Amino acid sequence: MPGNLVTSEFLVNVDHERCRRCKRCILNCGFGVFDFQSMTTADSSKCVACHRCAIFCPEEAITIVRNPLAFREHSSWDVDKRKAIWKQAQTPGMILTGMGNDLPWLNVFDHLLIDACQVTNPSIDPLREPMELRTYLGRKPDSLKVERSNGEFRLETKVANNIKLDIPIMFSGMSYGSVSLNTHRALAIAAEKLGTVMNTGEGGLHRELYPYKDHIIVQCASGRFGVHSEYLNAGVAVEIKVGQGAKPGIGGHLPGEKIGVEVSGTRMIPEGTDALSPAPHHDIYSIEDLRQLIYALKEATGYKPVSVKIATVHNVAAIASGIARAGADIIYLDGFRGGTGASPAVIRDHVGIPLEIALAVVDQQLRSEGIRNWVSIIAAGGIRSSADVAKAIALGADAVGIGTAALIALGCRLCQKCYTGNCSWGIATQRPELTGRLDPDWGAERLVNLVNSWSLELKEILGALGVNAIESLRGNRERLRSLGLDASTTEIIGVKPAGR
Amino acid sequence: MAKSAKQTDNCKILDAAGLYYRELNSMIRELASNGCAEIVLDGVNGQRYIADGLREKVRIVINGVPGNDLGAFMDGPTVIVNENAQDGVGNTMNSGKIVVKGHAGDVIGYGMRGGKVFVGGNVGYRVGIHMKSYKDQVPIIVAGGRAGDFFGEYMAGGLLVLLGMGDEPGPVAGSYLGTGMHGGTIYVRGELKEHQLGREVREFPVDDDDRKMLSDLLAEFASDTEMDLGGIAPEDFKKLEPFSHRPYGNLYVY
Repeated sequence: MPGNLVTSEFLVNVDHERCRRCKRCILNCGFGVFDFQSMTTADSSKCVACHRCAIFCPEEAITIVRNPLAFREHSSWDVDKRKAIWKQAQTPGMILTGMGNDLPWLNVFDHLLIDACQVTNPSIDPLREPMELRTYLGRKPDSLKVERSNGEFRLETKVANNIKLDIPIMFSGMSYGSVSLNTHRALAIAAEKLGTVMNTGEGGLHRELYPYKDHIIVQCASGRFGVHSEYLNAGVAVEIKVGQGAKPGIGGHLPGEKIGVEVSGTRMIPEGTDALSPAPHHDIYSIEDLRQLIYALKEATGYKPVSVKIATVHNVAAIASGIARAGADIIYLDGFRGGTGASPAVIRDHVGIPLEIALAVVDQQLRSEGIRNWVSIIAAGGIRSSADVAKAIALGADAVGIGTAALIALGCRLCQKCYTGNCSWGIATQRPELTGRLDPDWGAERLVNLVNSWSLELKEILGALGVNAIESLRGNRERLRSLGLDASTTEIIGVKPAGR
Repeated sequence: MAKSAKQTDNCKILDAAGLYYRELNSMIRELASNGCAEIVLDGVNGQRYIADGLREKVRIVINGVPGNDLGAFMDGPTVIVNENAQDGVGNTMNSGKIVVKGHAGDVIGYGMRGGKVFVGGNVGYRVGIHMKSYKDQVPIIVAGGRAGDFFGEYMAGGLLVLLGMGDEPGPVAGSYLGTGMHGGTIYVRGELKEHQLGREVREFPVDDDDRKMLSDLLAEFASDTEMDLGGIAPEDFKKLEPFSHRPYGNLYVY
C-alpha cells in the first residue's frame, strides 16, 4: 500500500540548459529539496515555496509552480480538507502550522475607507509642515493638577511611567527559540534606530541584547522561561502574555530540536527538552489573580508599565475592562490573524475574532466606562500596511504591533513552515548554518526602511485628513467609512457606511 | 507570635503593623540595598509581595502572616516566616530560601527555577507547577504535611518532597499529581492510589543517591523549620518521575 496519499503542493523545475551546476540551490534550501548526481535534481515533495533557491540561482534556472494535478472540484470538500484527512488518517495527530490564519475570512480593514479634506478644512502638506507621530503608552491621569508658585508652573499630579515611542508602530513579541538570535538582533537594532520597542516574546532575552534595554519590552508568559529579576528590569515595560491571536487559549510547545545551547541558556532549561508553556498562567485564574501578578511585576521593577496581551476572543470588551481595572497600563490586543511559530491549524484558523472588531468594541467599552485613559491599546495581528495602521488607530488603537510584516521585511515568504525549524531565510530556525544567513545589520536596515516608509505614508494620510498629529486620528471613527460591510458589523465597529 | 530580636547596625526591626505593602516593601528594599544583613518584620498582617524581586543576600524574618506572592521573582534572600504564609510563595523564584514554619496556601513555587521553599505544615493546590532546573540551579520545595491537587503539574525540573506528617485523615496528596510532568522528581511519603497520579509519571525505586540527597535535605529542613521529623527516613519515600521528557512529541502531524 502507498505510505503517503498526499501529493506535492509545488513542483520544482530546473532548467538544465541554464543551470551552471554551481550547487547554490543545494546549499540554500533548508528543506533538502535539491541533490546533485550528474545534474541538479529536485524532490518536489519537500518544497515549501520559500523561493530561497530561485532567488539565489544566478541563472534563474529554477521555477516553482503549484502542482497542477487536477482534483475533481467540490465546493464543500475543497482540496485542503481532503489533504488534511489523508494526513490525519496516516498519522494520528493535530495538523501543525505556522504564521497567521490563511483562510479567506472577511477582512474588515479592506472594507474601511479613510476620509480626506476638500475645500473646507484645508489639507496639510507633511513635507513642509511638522507632523507629530510621537506616542506615549501607559496610564494617563484622570485629571491634571498644576501648581503655580513664584510665577512658575509645576505639575502637581503624579503621572505613571509611560513608554515614549517616536512612531506608533512597535515590533510584536516573537520569542528567541521560535526565531533566531539574528532575528532578535535585527529587531533590537531597528527598534533603537526607529525610537520604538521590540518585544522579547516568551523565551527570555539573550544577554547580548541587554544593552538595548531602552527599546525592549520583556514578556512574562505562562512558562516563565528566562524570567528572573534581572530580566524583568532589562526593558522599559513588562508584558504578561495571557494569549496569542494565532492560538487563543492554548499553550506553546517549542520542540526540543530548537533548544540548542544558546536558547537553552536564555530560557534556562536543559538542551533538547521540549519547552512547554501551559495554556493558562497557573497563578492567574481570575481578574483578581491578574491584578496580583501585575503588581508583583510592578513591585519587582520599580513600577514600570505592565502590558497584558490577550487574543481577541468573543467577549474581549469585558475582559479588557477587567484588565484595565486590574491595574494594567497597556492592553495588547492580538487579532485572530496574528502569526505564530507553531499552532494547531484548527485553532489558528477557527478560533478568535478579527482585530478590527475587537479593537473597536474594546475602545468603546473602556470609553463608556470612563476608563479609556487608564490604559493604552496596542493593536496587532493582521497589520499589513500603513493603511491598516491608520485604520487601526482611527478605530481606537494607541499604537500597533507588527510581527509578520517585520519578518516579511527580513525575507520571510510566508511558507508557514516555521515549526519545522528549517527556515531557509535564517529567521525561524536555530540551525547554525541557516541562522548565519540573516545579517542583523542588513535586517535592521530593511526594518528601518519599512517602518520609515510607513511613517511617511502615515504622515501623508494625516495631512490629507487635515490634522497634524496622530493623536487627532486616535479613536476618530468619524474619519472612517465602511464599504461592503453588513449593517450589524458597521454598527458594532461604530463606523458610518460610505455616503452617509 | 513576635520573637524578640535585638536591633543592631546590621539588623533592623520594622513594625509592619498598619503599613500598606508598597510602603513596607520600599522600606525593605532600601534597607537591603544599603547592605543591611537582617531585617525583622514584626506585626505583618497580609502585606503582599514581601521580598519580591529582591536580589540582595539579606535575611528577612517575618513575624505574623505575610500576604500573597511572598518572595515572587526573588533572587538571593533568605526569608523566615514564623507563622503561616498565604498563596504564591516563591512564585517564579530564582534563588534564595523561604522557610515557612506553619502552613502555606496555593500555587507555591510556580515556575520556580532555583532556591528552596520549606513549609513545615500543609500546602494547598497547584504546588510546584512547572518548576524547572538549569545546570546547577535546581529548585526544591519540601512540605512537612500534605498537599492538594495538581502537585507538580507540568513539572520540568527540580525536586518536590512531601513528608505527609500530621494525623489528619485522608490521602497525603490530592489528585492529578505530576500531570504533564516532563522533568524533575517528586518524593512522597505515604500512600498514593493509582488514580491520583498523572498519566505521565511512574514510580521508580529509591537508590543510594536519592537516599543520600534526601537524608541531607531532611536534616536541613528539620533544622530550618525547627521540627522533629520523628525518625522519618529516606526509605519511607516513593520516588515519582516522568517516563518521557517529551510527553507531547507525537501530538502533531505536518
